Amino acid sequence: MKKVYAFEKNCLGCGLCEVYCRTAHSKSKDIIKTYKKENVDSAITIEEIEKNGVKTFFALQCRHCVEPKCVQACISGAMYKDENGIVRNIKEKCVGCQSCIMACPFGAIKMSVSGTVISKCDLCTENGDEPACAKNCPNGALKFMDLEEDK
Amino acid sequence: MSLNLVSDRFEVLRDNTKCIRCKVCVKQCSNEVHIFDEEDNIVLSEDSKCVCCHRCVAMCPTKAIKIRKNTLEFKENANWTGTAIDEIYRQAQTGGMLLSSMGNPKPFPIYWDKILLNASQVTNPSIDPLREPMETKVMIGRKPDKIEYDKNGNMLTKIPPQIELNMPIMFSAMSYGSISKNAHEALARAAEKLGILYNTGEGGLHKDFYKYGKNTTVQVASGRFGVHLDYLNAGAAIEIKIGQGAKPGIGGHLPGIKVGPDVSATRMIPEGSDAISPAPHHDIYSIEDLRQLIFSLKESTNYTKPVFVKIAAVHNVSAIASGIARAGADAIVIDGFRGGTGAAPTRVRDNVGIPIELALASVDQRLRDEGIRNHISVICAGSIRNSADIVKAIALGADAVYIASAALIAMGCHMCQSCSTGKCNWGIATQNPELVKRLNPDIAYERLINLLTAWNNEIKEMLGGMGINAIDSLRGNRLMLRGVGLNLKELEILGIKHAGE
Amino acid sequence: MKEGQVRIPAGCAISGIIDKKGNRFNGTDIIKSIALMHERSNGLGGGFAGYGIYPQYKDFFALHIFYDNNQIKAKTEEFLNEHFEIESAGNIPTRKVPSIKNKPLIWRYFVLPRIYKVRNLNMDEDEFTARCVIRINKEFGGAYVFSSGKNMGAFKGVGYPEDIGNFYMLENYEGYIWTAHGRFPTNTPGWWGGAHPFTMLDWSIVHNGEISSYDANRRFVEMFGYNCSLQTDTEVITYLLDLLVRKHKLPMEKALQVLVAPFWKDIENENPKKAQELKALRTVYSSALINGPFSILIGYEDGLIALNDRIKLRSMVSATKGSKVYFASEESAIRVICPEPENIYHPKGGEPVIVKLEARQ
Repeated sequence: MKKVYAFEKNCLGCGLCEVYCRTAHSKSKDIIKTYKKENVDSAITIEEIEKNGVKTFFALQCRHCVEPKCVQACISGAMYKDENGIVRNIKEKCVGCQSCIMACPFGAIKMSVSGTVISKCDLCTENGDEPACAKNCPNGALKFMDLEEDK
Repeated sequence: MSLNLVSDRFEVLRDNTKCIRCKVCVKQCSNEVHIFDEEDNIVLSEDSKCVCCHRCVAMCPTKAIKIRKNTLEFKENANWTGTAIDEIYRQAQTGGMLLSSMGNPKPFPIYWDKILLNASQVTNPSIDPLREPMETKVMIGRKPDKIEYDKNGNMLTKIPPQIELNMPIMFSAMSYGSISKNAHEALARAAEKLGILYNTGEGGLHKDFYKYGKNTTVQVASGRFGVHLDYLNAGAAIEIKIGQGAKPGIGGHLPGIKVGPDVSATRMIPEGSDAISPAPHHDIYSIEDLRQLIFSLKESTNYTKPVFVKIAAVHNVSAIASGIARAGADAIVIDGFRGGTGAAPTRVRDNVGIPIELALASVDQRLRDEGIRNHISVICAGSIRNSADIVKAIALGADAVYIASAALIAMGCHMCQSCSTGKCNWGIATQNPELVKRLNPDIAYERLINLLTAWNNEIKEMLGGMGINAIDSLRGNRLMLRGVGLNLKELEILGIKHAGE
Repeated sequence: MKEGQVRIPAGCAISGIIDKKGNRFNGTDIIKSIALMHERSNGLGGGFAGYGIYPQYKDFFALHIFYDNNQIKAKTEEFLNEHFEIESAGNIPTRKVPSIKNKPLIWRYFVLPRIYKVRNLNMDEDEFTARCVIRINKEFGGAYVFSSGKNMGAFKGVGYPEDIGNFYMLENYEGYIWTAHGRFPTNTPGWWGGAHPFTMLDWSIVHNGEISSYDANRRFVEMFGYNCSLQTDTEVITYLLDLLVRKHKLPMEKALQVLVAPFWKDIENENPKKAQELKALRTVYSSALINGPFSILIGYEDGLIALNDRIKLRSMVSATKGSKVYFASEESAIRVICPEPENIYHPKGGEPVIVKLEARQ
C-alpha cells in the first residue's frame, strides 16, 4: 500500500510537515486559525539526533503495519485496521489508556494535546489525494509511495 | 571594542497577526536572525545578521515575513552614498580588504539590453519550430581551415577532437569547495541528461562523479588542486583557467573551514588547510609558456580532448585571444566583468575588467581579421541571464555560452552575494552538512533541466522568427542585431547598426 | 542608393536550360521562358548568363564591364593594360529598346593575365584575374566588371528580363547553358551592376530568395580574402562556391553538402563512415550553411546545378527532354518552351540536382 516514507538524507528538520499536518486535521483548514484558535495535534513528529556535532533529523509517523501491535494491544476496540490497510483510532471509543503507545515499536503514537485520547497519522484520507505532510515537504524528504514492503 | 558604526543593511518585517510561532524561520536561518523568545512566546529578529537570502521568506508557511532594505537614511548625498560610508566604517573597524561574492552589481551598461533582434516579415518566411526541424547543436573545438579529399573522393583531413553540445550552453566552472557536493551532483546529472558539459572548477573531481566524465570539463587552475592523470583523462575537455571575470588578475582562497574530509581528498590537500590559488600560474609567465601547458595537457590525454583557455575580459582581450588561438588552444572562454565568484575583493570585482559584449565582439572580429576564427571556438561567459542574451551572444560571434549564476539561481540561489561566509541557507555555497542537505540534488537536477529546456525552446523560437533553422547560421550573423541608444563607438565595436538603419 | 550601400531583399524568377551533349542554341528560348514569369519581376532588374558563347575566344577571360563615363573607362583600361594582354576590346552590341533607359557604357574585353605579373605574385591565372576583378569593383568607382569567365558571359541591366534579352540581342549568341533572372527588389535601386546573374570567373548564379544566414556567410568568406561589396545574396553564394570548389578543391557534391548541409538527425541515420564525413563537413564549414528561403541555379564550366534551401521555401521545378534539362521557378515557364517534357521533377529541399556536360564527365 502507499504510505508516507521519510528520507533522512533530505530532512531539514524545518517542521513544515507538522504545520501542514495540524492544519489538515483542523476544522478551519487555515494555518493561522489552526494555530491561533484551534487545538489540533500533529501526527508527525520531527526527531532530532545529534552525533559528532552534526544534527540529523527524522520525521516520525505511523507505519501502518501489516500486523499492527497497537491494534492487538488496544483494550477498548478503538484501534483497528481498515479495508485499505490504514490503522485508525476511533476517538469516541478511545479511553486514553496508552497501551498502544507502549506497544508501538516505532514510537509513532502520542497522547493528544487534550490528554484524554491518543493521536496518530491517518494518511489524511479526508484531505484528498496526497497526505499534507508529503505534499508540502520543501525538500522531497517525505514521499507518499508504495515500496511494496508489505509483501 | 569601540562602537560599531556599520548600519544594518536590511530590516526583517514580521507580521505578528500571521506569525504562528512554528519556528520554521528560527530553525532555517543559518545566520541566526530569527530568535524565539519562550517567555513572551514571540519570534524576534536580529536585523544586523540578515543577508537578504529569502530563505525564511520562502519557508514561512503563512508568508508572515518580509525583508526590506534598511530605511535608515544618511543625509542625502550623491557622492557619499550610504554604501560608500558603510564600507569605510567596515574597513576602519577591521583593517581588512572588503570581500564580496557573485558578480559586479554596479550600474554599468548592460549591452545585451541595448541590442534588439530581427525577425522575418514578408520577403522571407519565419519558421515554426514546432512544425519544422530547428537545430541548436554546436561543435566546440578547433576546426581545420579546409577539408581535403584524395583523387578517389576519400576524405584526408583529420578533424581535431570536438565537443558535441545539444544546445549552445554549458555550465561554467564552480569548484567543489566553493559549492556543495549536492550542487555538483545536480549540475553533473543535468549536463548528462541535456547533452552538454558541466565544469569541475579548480577543486578537482569528487570520486563519485567520475561516471559523468563524458559531460565534464576538468579545470586546471593556478593552484592545480586535484589535478592528476586520471582526473585529466576523466573529462571530455580540459580547461586552463588563467583568469575569471569577477576578479581578473587575482587568485583564489578557499578558507580551511570549508576543507573537510571530502574536499581535502578531492583537492589533494590536508584537511582544514587553506586552499590558495596563486594569482598567475607560476609556470605561465608568457604566451609561449601557455603553449607548453596546452601541449603537455594534450600529450597527457593523447590528443583526444580539446583544451579550453579561460581568461577574464580585460582591455587587451582581443590580442590575448589571438595569442591563445595561436598557442594551440581549441576554445577560448572569455569571462566578462559581471561574472560571479565565491569570493573576491570588492574593489577588484567592481572595477576591473570590461563588459563581455564588447570583449566578445572585439575578439570575434579580431580572430576574423586574422583569418583564424575557425581555429578556435569562442565561449562567452559572465552573466548570461536568459535565452535572449544567448541569441545575442551567438549573433555577435560566440560558439556557445557558459552559465553559472543562472544555474545557481535555478537551484535556489537568491543572489544575496554572501557565498564567502559559507553559511548559504540554500545549501549551495556551503560545506556545512546540515545546510548542504537543503539542496536535494533530485529537485535541483530537475530545475536545471527545466531551465535549459525552456531556454533551448526559446532560442528555437527566436531562430525561427529570423528565418533560420540552424544555429550555425546565427553565429556571427550581426545583421540580425540592432543597437538602441548606443553611441557610434559602441556600435562600431559591437559591429552592429543602430535600430532604424 | 545602390547595392553595396544598403542590403536590399528581393524576390525573383529564375530559369535555366542546359544541353548535356554540349549542343549550342541561341538565347531565344531562355528569353521566352523568363518572359512568361513577368509577374515575378517588377522591371528593376533582369539578366542572363550563357556558356559556350565565345568559342573563338575560349581561352581568354571575357571581361564585361559597365562604365559610368569615359574618364573611369580610361582609368580602368590603364589598369587592365598594366595587368592583362588585351586580345580584343569593344562595345557589347545592343539594340534600342524603348523601356531600357539610362544605360551605362557597356564594354567587353578578351584578355590574358600578364605572365610575369602572375608569376611574381605566385598565384594561378584564375586567382590573379579574380583579384583584379575584385579590385576594380572595389576601388574603381563608376566601373563594374559584371562578367569575367572564359567562353561565357553575363548580360544584365535594369528592366524586365525579356527587354534586357532583346536589348543585348541574345538571339545572336549560341550557348550550351543559359540561365535567366527576373528581379523583384523591395526598393528601387537603379543600378545595372546590381542586376543578376552575379558572376565570378566561370561561376554565374541566379537566385530567388532571401537568405537569413547572409552576415554569417559574409563574415566567413571575408576571412578568406573576399570582399562582399554588393551586399547581395548571390554575391556571397558565389564567393562561398568559389572558396569551396576552386580554392579548397572540394568535389562539387561535397561543396553542395556544405551549402545545404543535411540535418543532424539525417546525418546520424547514415552509415558510420558517411555520417563521419558529413559530420566533419558540417563541423568545419558550419558558417557556410545557407539558411532561409532560396532556389538557385549555378552555372559553371562543367554544367548546371539547381539547389533549394533545406526545407524548400522557394519553388523550383525541373524537366528533361532529349539531351536538354530545364529548370524554372514555375512549371509553366518550362512548358512554354518545351510543351511535352519527358518528365517533370520537383527537387526536394536541400537536394541538389547536378547536370554535367557529358563531354566533361
